[in-house]
Amino acid sequence: MTLSLPESIEDTLVLLNQGDYIADRSLATTLFLALKMGRPLFLEGEAGVGKTEIAKVLSHSLGRKLVRLQCYEGLDISSAVYEWNYSRQMIEIRLAEAAGNIDRDNLSTDVFSEEFLIERPLLQALRKDDAGPPVLLIDELDRTDEPFEAYLLEILSDYQISIPEVGTIKAAQSPIVIITSNRTREIHDALKRRCLYHWVDYPNAERELEIVAAKLPDINKRLSEQVVAFVQGLREKDLFKLPGIAETLDWADALTQLDQVALDSDAIDNTLGALLKYQDDIARIRGSEAAKLLDQVKAQLSDLNVASG
Amino acid sequence: MSESDTSAPEGRIAENIMYFARLLRAAGLAVGPGKVLDAISGVKIIGIGAQEDLYWCLFSQFVNRVDQRDIFDQAFQLFWRNPHIMEKMMGAMLPTIKVEAEAELEQMSRRLAEAIGSPEVDFKPESAPEKIEFDASFTYSSQEVLQETDFEAMSVEELAEAKRIIARLRLPIMDVPTRRFQRAGHGSSVDMRATLRAALRAADSIPLKFKKPKRRHPPLVILCDISGSMSRYSRMFLHFMHAITNDRDRVHAFVFATRLTNITRHLGYRDVDVALDNIAGAVNDWSGGTRIGSCLKDFNNNWSRRVLGQGAITLILSDGLDREATEGLSWQMERLTKSTRRLIWINPLLRYDGFEAKASGIRAMLPHVDDFRSSHNLNSLAELAIVLGHSGGSRSAFAH
Repeated sequence: MTLSLPESIEDTLVLLNQGDYIADRSLATTLFLALKMGRPLFLEGEAGVGKTEIAKVLSHSLGRKLVRLQCYEGLDISSAVYEWNYSRQMIEIRLAEAAGNIDRDNLSTDVFSEEFLIERPLLQALRKDDAGPPVLLIDELDRTDEPFEAYLLEILSDYQISIPEVGTIKAAQSPIVIITSNRTREIHDALKRRCLYHWVDYPNAERELEIVAAKLPDINKRLSEQVVAFVQGLREKDLFKLPGIAETLDWADALTQLDQVALDSDAIDNTLGALLKYQDDIARIRGSEAAKLLDQVKAQLSDLNVASG
Repeated sequence: MSESDTSAPEGRIAENIMYFARLLRAAGLAVGPGKVLDAISGVKIIGIGAQEDLYWCLFSQFVNRVDQRDIFDQAFQLFWRNPHIMEKMMGAMLPTIKVEAEAELEQMSRRLAEAIGSPEVDFKPESAPEKIEFDASFTYSSQEVLQETDFEAMSVEELAEAKRIIARLRLPIMDVPTRRFQRAGHGSSVDMRATLRAALRAADSIPLKFKKPKRRHPPLVILCDISGSMSRYSRMFLHFMHAITNDRDRVHAFVFATRLTNITRHLGYRDVDVALDNIAGAVNDWSGGTRIGSCLKDFNNNWSRRVLGQGAITLILSDGLDREATEGLSWQMERLTKSTRRLIWINPLLRYDGFEAKASGIRAMLPHVDDFRSSHNLNSLAELAIVLGHSGGSRSAFAH
């Protein structure tokens, strides 16, 4: 297991490979730079292309702690950064009163000190960790609202957090920050400016095949080839939601569970729900469209086999 | 060739990156000096080697949005594959060589060509998506009337009317509770932080402080038909859209006839004349035919997931007369209605007493809207404001 940061783009590729993450060189370049320059990495892309996975793999391969902040609408400081431990504060006040010690100024500084702080993900990520600075994953940033995004600016540029009662808490070592967005709204340029940007695209057939092989080692080779070719064909279609890699893996897994060794029309129609998540899309593809695509896939693969054999 | 570029001494690379950044900036990407410095240190880190690495290194620094990809790609190919381009750029600063440069660069994107040819290096970070759509315009059919609509021609009376609308309409769309809190005199939940602070000040009691959910307008998305049949109304609607955009945040405005154009940023100018002028420049299908189905499809596929978040309300301003009797229209409407909190259709034709939903377009759209309203004059627009006032509420499916 590698524990030090990669020293080159090749190292980065190897590092990701160790975690069964098959990456493009483009992604490896950007990731390498982000690690080297200590900048947050901003990953944008369709759902299910493996954005979140990068952070997980990174924390695992580097042996760092993963601190994950799942964003949602209404996410606020008390659930993302810190919260005061009210019950402890309350008891502290009562104790002070019972002891007859009611110097309120002192009490105020006592009660609002770091000791009474409950740390939430963002603050945790700034804390020193024995394994090295943690990997901070800010997932689906587009789900939260603009005020929270603005709050992140201080953390992302200086790796510090200001708490009015305590002061500024600065990270001893800057964490590795990965931000993902599904682009359900545009993130403000001010935030993107502080990050390295990468658009995570759907993989090409070759890479997708590698991913399937890495994630589902037991899968029948012929089936995986057909599955990948079929999904690649689907991505050419005019659908509302194109299947991502996550869907490919789900589908391949589903077909394996059903003991399929090759694609056929019935199997496709029965399991299409693993691949397409909108009823209109399913209705459009199921039946003749799927059969047509399957024929194409078969023809394409046999051509390939002839060419290679 | 690429090798000879990139294997130049370090000082040269820094200089080249600077020129490259200048080219991108002229093409409309937001590349500040900080980014240039970062890019230079990034290139130093990865070392000078394969061009692909250089590409992605610069990409991660200079590109901010996925729609800037094509421009970046073209600029990169142009700049780093052709070592003379830099000299040409410098030459382009002089007006005499401008023509030559433009002629040679015919193949590339207009924006890029303009960026290289133009002596001005403008900083227009926001104009990227619209301009790209503009390029696509030449591929469309002759049915599309490419016409510059002259807003100057607006009569005094019209202007006065428009101003009255602006003065009167404040769109009281009902606000909806958010998941954030604000302090309140009384409420259902206790604000512990405030309570604790108060307890420290109070002598021997803990005075409870309360909080309640903040309320906020949901986002509003307006799709306005500017086709020929709507031309009498679309100008009024544009004023209407301008007023709304400047009155509240989170408004997204689109116009469509044969193509969909996002005009939100153009409407952002305070001055209505400047805003409408900008729109006239950006939109190319004024008074053309209507292709509601394909425009809605464009919206559904490319925009809906980006602008319809957080419980948005959608407003369609259209007469529903679709030249292209698209069978996909009903389907697209269904998709739209499923992704929005509420779908309101404003139709100026509704004022005719004998109005019946005969046109196929109207019949396809009608079943999917939550509210169907007329808006042929100022009064009905004012009425609309009242309707919208009740629209913050949601269909039962969205109730919470």
